[in-house]
Amino acid sequence: MAQKKGGKSAASDDPEELARTPLQAVLLADTFNLKFRPITLERPKVLLPLVNTPMIDYTLAWLESVGVEEVFLFCCAHAEQVKEYIGNSHWGQSHAGFSITTIESNFSMSAGDALRFIEGKNVIRGDFILITGDTISNMSLTEALQAHKDRRKKDPDTVMTMFVKRSKPMPLTHQTRLGNDEIMMAIDPETKQLLYYEDRFDCSKRAVTLDKSLLADNASLYLRTDLEDCCIDICSPEVLTIFLDNFDYQHLRRHFVKGLLHDDIMGKKIYTHEIDSSYTARVDNYRSYDTISKDIIQRWSFPLVPDVLYAGNRAQMRLQREGIYKAPDVTLSPSVRIGAFTAIGSGTIIGENSSVSNSVIGELCTIGRNVSIDGCYIWDSVTIEDGCRLSHSIVCDGVHLHTGATLEPGVILSFKVEVGQNITVPAYSKVSLLPQPSKQDSDEELEYADTNSGIIDSPSIASISPANIEHDHVSSFDTEQSVLLEGGLSGVGYIWTSCETGNEEEWRYSVAPIPVEKLKEFYAKMFDEDESSSDGEQTGITHSGELISESKSTDFDDSDGEYKGDVSKFEKEVEETFERALGGVAEENVQLEINSLRMSFNVTHAECAGAVFQSVIKSAIIASNSSKSNLLKATIDAIERSKGLLSYFITNVDEEIEVILKFEEMCMEITREFAPIFSSVLHQLYDKEVITEDAILKWESEKADADESDKVFVKQSEAFLKVFSHLNFSTGVSVLQRLYGAMTSLKLL
Amino acid sequence: MPDVSDFILKLQRRRIEGSHATARQTAELLRSVVSQTRMPYTNQAAALLDAVRAVGEQLIAANPVELAVGNIVRRVLHIIREEDLSSSAVSFEGLMISEKSDDEDDADHKGGPVLSAAAVAAAARSTLRPRSLQTLLEDGPLPAAPSKSSSAGDSEGKSKSDKSAVGKRLKHSVIEAINLLIEEIDDCYEDISEQAVEHIHQNEVILTLGRSKTVKEFLYAAKQKNRSFRVFVAEGAPRYQGHVLAKELIQKGLETTVITDSAIFAMISRVNMVIVGAHAIMANGGVIAPVGMNMLALAAQRHAVPFVVVAGSHKLCPLYPHNPEVLLNELKSPSDLIDFGEFSDCMDFGAHGGAPLMHVVNPTFDYVPPNLVSLFITDTGGHNAAHMYKLIADYYSADDLVIKRKSTSSN
Repeated sequence: MAQKKGGKSAASDDPEELARTPLQAVLLADTFNLKFRPITLERPKVLLPLVNTPMIDYTLAWLESVGVEEVFLFCCAHAEQVKEYIGNSHWGQSHAGFSITTIESNFSMSAGDALRFIEGKNVIRGDFILITGDTISNMSLTEALQAHKDRRKKDPDTVMTMFVKRSKPMPLTHQTRLGNDEIMMAIDPETKQLLYYEDRFDCSKRAVTLDKSLLADNASLYLRTDLEDCCIDICSPEVLTIFLDNFDYQHLRRHFVKGLLHDDIMGKKIYTHEIDSSYTARVDNYRSYDTISKDIIQRWSFPLVPDVLYAGNRAQMRLQREGIYKAPDVTLSPSVRIGAFTAIGSGTIIGENSSVSNSVIGELCTIGRNVSIDGCYIWDSVTIEDGCRLSHSIVCDGVHLHTGATLEPGVILSFKVEVGQNITVPAYSKVSLLPQPSKQDSDEELEYADTNSGIIDSPSIASISPANIEHDHVSSFDTEQSVLLEGGLSGVGYIWTSCETGNEEEWRYSVAPIPVEKLKEFYAKMFDEDESSSDGEQTGITHSGELISESKSTDFDDSDGEYKGDVSKFEKEVEETFERALGGVAEENVQLEINSLRMSFNVTHAECAGAVFQSVIKSAIIASNSSKSNLLKATIDAIERSKGLLSYFITNVDEEIEVILKFEEMCMEITREFAPIFSSVLHQLYDKEVITEDAILKWESEKADADESDKVFVKQSEAFLKVFSHLNFSTGVSVLQRLYGAMTSLKLL
Repeated sequence: MPDVSDFILKLQRRRIEGSHATARQTAELLRSVVSQTRMPYTNQAAALLDAVRAVGEQLIAANPVELAVGNIVRRVLHIIREEDLSSSAVSFEGLMISEKSDDEDDADHKGGPVLSAAAVAAAARSTLRPRSLQTLLEDGPLPAAPSKSSSAGDSEGKSKSDKSAVGKRLKHSVIEAINLLIEEIDDCYEDISEQAVEHIHQNEVILTLGRSKTVKEFLYAAKQKNRSFRVFVAEGAPRYQGHVLAKELIQKGLETTVITDSAIFAMISRVNMVIVGAHAIMANGGVIAPVGMNMLALAAQRHAVPFVVVAGSHKLCPLYPHNPEVLLNELKSPSDLIDFGEFSDCMDFGAHGGAPLMHVVNPTFDYVPPNLVSLFITDTGGHNAAHMYKLIADYYSADDLVIKRKSTSSN
């Protein structure tokens, strides 16, 4: 526990006096956004269960454990439900040195409004913790609190200490593991002062715009994208007055933090405190709901874990081997397969041959036979009949899935929805008993508690649905009206069309893992950049822009990317060696050098042959001085000159094919000037016995079922190839002579 | 009672660490529970038992892994039973027994409350527990113990005159006995370390793992008696309490070598004795100890090095372990092992089909089976693993093994 309670009038600015005020916290039990709709229409977000315990319990338990003595619980949407929950739980009973005061306001639309309202109440007397009711943490506050107080003593303009935690965003999607966008922060390495904050950092541009004065005023600053905003702040009382003065501040980060950072006149300062070993995260969207649930099951939030933190009335879950949490009164058929990292709440029954993995199942659920559940969050009192398949979905209280229903990844079923027999709910759909509000609301909209106070009975839905049909995409199975049409298939609920984010972005915030195709798409994008940069390197034409992406490609820590980079590096090395060879180094030495390069870069013989050939061609470009007429001649010269070298490295058919493919690739991409004379060069290679006819024929057959665009060069060499296929049938001197004739004609082409 | 709910919360949130602190605070809490219980006119012992059981059940549920809580609750229940027996003996048999019961107040602290409690109940002992060699030995000197006739006369008069006075007397004597229990918990280090010189000899090499206060005091005591010996400290990953112990030992002038846990097997052949602390000692002589201990015990057995466990009597648990690796264990946060920031990309559940690929397991305790332990040193002396159940039987009543509020009190 921190300091003992001082006098109530201790609101003076004297730091000694401040130290004696009890530690206070403002807990916003409303998040002022719509990310958890449709579920939040019926229940406030802070009461949604996270591994079978309401989120607010985690937050309150943390506040209680760090020595906070007074909590001001700000309720807005569904304030009645929050108050009722707090009243009935053990938090409602008086604890020594821990009191919860609820503050209710029905017209606050944002965090800014809430803080202005609290300022009006005049209850905050000293530094306070600002936290939302969906934050999970187990960190210790003492150090940061002391640091904050020390800074305040030195500089009264310090208004806030923000907690940040190191966490790497995904390199492909530039998305944190919590599903948020990458955050870019500029921090003074000495004082830890926050200098720049951008939460909608545009990663595609790979550029950041900083105010010039930032760089001029600070001797050094760290630009960091590997930090996660914990959404826990230690605030000075001035924060409330700043909100009061700037009545347009709504969002804590987007308006308040950015506003202060941009405002030079007030000179208010924000500092950061980086936590290392402890865990902190905020449930902001469905993806973070999934991630944090898994973190809790893996016990990162210890001691706030399911077998310790439980306030319900039923039997507590106990941890067993392999991270399986199970209440003692769970009824499982012997043939049920429970996978690792699964939690099953008290009173749940699971029937024969069902399998559950990576999932959380609430209390008093009934699950039938042959059901498969993977990565789902099933809340309390859910009924799942035989043969249902569920993957990566959230299923709220009282949902009923009839026999054979299937939930595809990312489905959200809100309270008491019913899914009929053998119905498949498509991926990412959100189904609720309540119709979707027709008007799309802005980001900072309030969820009005009174408009949807009760759960409307299903018959009334049937009567509403025709009227709403324009707004709500009601699918064939989800209203009672359609029940009659489908003949006995029952199902209740509206399918919501995706709001705000749009369908494209749905996967980003979904509870389901990112689909493989999406990852591939991102990977391909990444790969393209990579490719182009290494190509730029080969031709020696490096623009400054490409230079950046080149450095990026070496940073990129995907194994495949690294490998690719290796090959291009190898090619570059070979090229340099070859250039030196032109300068008069003995051929054996060049062979030796290239061989050792091949081994040190660990590339295959074929790749090596390709690289050598590429160097030859490039030397030809340089020799020809980029005039087209000279090119062929220069190429022939180059081939003639390095014939020995080529034949040394090109020993079998595979390598020959590689050389042809390489040449083809070069003609298509980097050395386009060769494209018109492709077949002539090919012929020349054959002539000089660098490439055998076998290789050429194989190449042709390989290309036989390629795309039309890939066949350009095959077509170009058609005449040449024809001769070969002809050769296969007839033998003899005359044929050979004809062949030579054909070749000379080709040469003229 | 507010302090009960406070203590339960502390236990739940794992804010009390270590068996010693837990045991002491549990005993203090139960003392206040006993003193606050209203005594009825009849069956007072049952009322006390029920009150303690009600609180005890909640305390045990709050942190089932902290076995010291259960041990102390059972010890207190045992104390109540014995005091009840002796006081009822007083009311029926008169002066002689009551003299004995008052003895307990002046009993030698070193002897511990169990012995004195046992002495009080001497008359009815056979009903409570079987006669063991130790109880036979205790019986001998007791009648010869000095008694103060004045106080005896006082209590005698009271007990005979007023029934409620008997009730007060029972409560009073129970509180006195709990005070002795608390003293015993505090004094256990001294009692154990007194035996140090018998076990640690000149120029020996002692190996220990992690940090145990009992072990530390044990080694200090040997050092104070001018024994010169060397200590190897295995660091005790992932909490590295061994580092702290090494610092403390060096301050006392002990030659100390810190080794990694994984070097134990390589070093064990140079070691004369392994001395470790324990989290709890089960009735079968098995030991719940910090993680890594089983490995150390196996290494010691392989090289025939004596494996000695030192523990205060509050760590003696009357339960038999069932699946102790899981049920009597606690998995702590993986952050002790790895840095979250560094591994956060391995835990991106969006990328790999949603299933976590990286698992980190951080168990707190190991179970060392009894056959690996050469000797137990408690405050009453050295014991073989096979005899632990008898020693434990002296401290607890068989009726209290299962603590349930509804169970009717026997007697």
